Amino acid sequence: MRWTPALLLLSLTVGPLISAAPAAEGPQPAASPVASAATATQSAGAVATPSAAAASSASKVAIPSAIAVAAPGTPAAKSPAAPAGMKTNRTITLSMFVAILCVTGMIVVRAARSTKTTADYYTAGGGISGLQNGWAIAGDYLSAATFLGIAGITSVFGADGFMYAVGPFFSFVTILLVIAEPCRNAGKYTLGDILSLRSSSKVVRGTAALSAVVVSIFYLLGQMVGAGKLMQLLLGIPYNVSVIGVGVLMIVYVTFGGMKATTWVQIIKAFLLMLSGITITVLLLWKFNFNLVAFYDAVASSAPVQDHVRGLLKHVTPQGGYDYGQRFLEPGLILKDPLDQISLGIAFALGAAGLPHIMMRFFTVPNAQAARKSVLISMILIGAFMIMVTVIGFGAALFISPQQITAVDKGGNMAAPMIAQFVGGGAGTLGGDLFMAFVCAVAFSTIIAVVSGLILAVSAAVAHDFYVNVLKDGKPDQREQIKVARIAAFAVGIIAIMLGIACEKQNIAHLVVLAFAVVASSNFPVLLLALFWKRFNAGGIVTGLSLGAVFAIGVVLVSPTMTYPKKIAADARKVIDVLEKKQASGTALAEKELKSLDKARVDYSSNKDGTSLVGLDAPLFPLKNPAILSVPVGFLAAIFGTLLFGSRREEDLFDELYIRQNTGYGIADARDH
Amino acid sequence: MAEKKKDWAELAKGPKFIELHSKKKSFLLTLWCLGSVMFFLLPICAGYAPEFMRTKVLGRLNVCYFFCLFEFAMIWGIAFYYTHKSNTYFDPLIKEVLIEFTEGAQTKATGNVALSKLTPREVQS
Repeated sequence: MRWTPALLLLSLTVGPLISAAPAAEGPQPAASPVASAATATQSAGAVATPSAAAASSASKVAIPSAIAVAAPGTPAAKSPAAPAGMKTNRTITLSMFVAILCVTGMIVVRAARSTKTTADYYTAGGGISGLQNGWAIAGDYLSAATFLGIAGITSVFGADGFMYAVGPFFSFVTILLVIAEPCRNAGKYTLGDILSLRSSSKVVRGTAALSAVVVSIFYLLGQMVGAGKLMQLLLGIPYNVSVIGVGVLMIVYVTFGGMKATTWVQIIKAFLLMLSGITITVLLLWKFNFNLVAFYDAVASSAPVQDHVRGLLKHVTPQGGYDYGQRFLEPGLILKDPLDQISLGIAFALGAAGLPHIMMRFFTVPNAQAARKSVLISMILIGAFMIMVTVIGFGAALFISPQQITAVDKGGNMAAPMIAQFVGGGAGTLGGDLFMAFVCAVAFSTIIAVVSGLILAVSAAVAHDFYVNVLKDGKPDQREQIKVARIAAFAVGIIAIMLGIACEKQNIAHLVVLAFAVVASSNFPVLLLALFWKRFNAGGIVTGLSLGAVFAIGVVLVSPTMTYPKKIAADARKVIDVLEKKQASGTALAEKELKSLDKARVDYSSNKDGTSLVGLDAPLFPLKNPAILSVPVGFLAAIFGTLLFGSRREEDLFDELYIRQNTGYGIADARDH
Repeated sequence: MAEKKKDWAELAKGPKFIELHSKKKSFLLTLWCLGSVMFFLLPICAGYAPEFMRTKVLGRLNVCYFFCLFEFAMIWGIAFYYTHKSNTYFDPLIKEVLIEFTEGAQTKATGNVALSKLTPREVQS
């Protein structure tokens, strides 16, 4: 009965879309009530007419990426109008998706039955073992951005992808050394619980809840927009339908299954992800008898790769003696500014440690030893997977070619599914289609797992910190608390869907970067000081959390990450000047050149008077990532706040927290209070 | 509540706890700083010593490639070393601290929930 509102919403949101597009697929068999709700969403999503799918893939190609245009003599550049989309077998892909939905749906139904208390809902009653939690952390952390994104960056920009992969992995050193055990020993469900051990002030809890919501919404938005675009690419489903589908599915999962369902979905997803990673890597390297030197030699000797690198370097004619293939194995094709790289490194090193949905995972294990074990296991899995992903990326560059990959998706996100099809036997073969469908389904389960974890974390901040402890003084009974938690999860899901739809055209890459930077400059300094600095107090917590976050967001708003219309106009002007000069000299322009001239003229006239979101003509801050500046500011804000609003009484609370986080002493009190 | 707070302050003055506190702090700080230095060396080298990163080591594989692999190995190394040290050194020390707490608590006749609820497996593992 409880899922009636979700179904109602489902019919309200999906209904018009179904009537708008004639159904191409029959209803899918349903294994369980929840799965049937989920399946309905999916089959509703799948009804996109073939023409719509073709239009979407055509629009993909119509956006000529700088790379594809800059690399002459490649298939993608030669025929930009040809449908260069991936050839997927829709029946196989859809059945894989339905299989994933059925399995996860069954887990949710089972978990829903045994979720009775708030501890069950937020932390699975602390009954997850270290081994299980290790897999779940890997499932929570390896988002679609890691799997598809890093494989994509590697396939398009070579060694930079490998360099990039080190950052997210290093973040686990901070998690292991600073966060995991103290959080398990001192906390309950949220960051607010830990901070409230230092100060009983309601302002502290409220600020902590607000900061968790803001950060998670940034992260969630990145995932939702990514999910929408991914589903569009994988299944040809329209963007809005994908976002609604994924969102509704997540609401159902989290509202009923809570942490137990989320954990198992994450474990299964991590297992599937590892399985596909290992399979692709082994099949790839098998072709070279597992000789890495021969593999990379083949990558660097590949003519399309060399052509592509020449395009990236903007060498119009090949320079004699320049080894373009070798350049692919060297850093600096996309990560150009060293300071920006260091800044990104700081955001990774400190940011992941304060992400609310990652932190929450440590409350699901019974003790510090299990928390430690779970981080170790997740680190083994994540590290191995990161290395495999870069091999997969290089393999995709070699066998598929960067031009083909960027023709399907500018960011290279389809590199992993495409190489899966290749190692499975190639396009059109049963093995190829099956394996590609499998990898797509794994990418889909990845979205499910990460988004569930995020929604759960936000609902904990809203319901547990804000509603129960700020508004109601911690008085509500279990039944009311869990009800509020479910309502919060539902509301967060709806907001995520609306924001996801609103942000379709936005560049979402900066949202995830922003989430990391904001966490590194607000949550992390405050958490670190709360755990280790005796004098730290409510004043420091509030100023640190708010100033750190506001400053980080502010710096991003004036950084090159934002869109600057005047710069677009200037680039368009250059294209217009070059082509008009060519025209004036009497040379007839090719059809492609005429098209880009038209496009440049449109770009120029629509952007020449525009300003960025905050009204700037050019960025004020030179780096894309604010962490190098905003992290010190966050620390200073927290320290000055403490000194300005000193409180002897709160200093005394430090001993309690310090003993608890180090020894786990009194952990039962913490759980009962 | 007031009585309990006083308790914590007193517990924090215990010699065993102070020993645990200082040893753990220096261990964690050293390990984290070491890891961070090695981690930031990668982008620093890539940005400011590109020629070094380009040097071929094995076939077409260059310093950059092995540097990245080394980072992974180093991070795993830190994880294993930390786990090993915690299991074999800090956990027994924590157990001693907890025993000290219980003894202190017994003389003051205040209740202690933590240790009684810890099973031997949890304390040792």
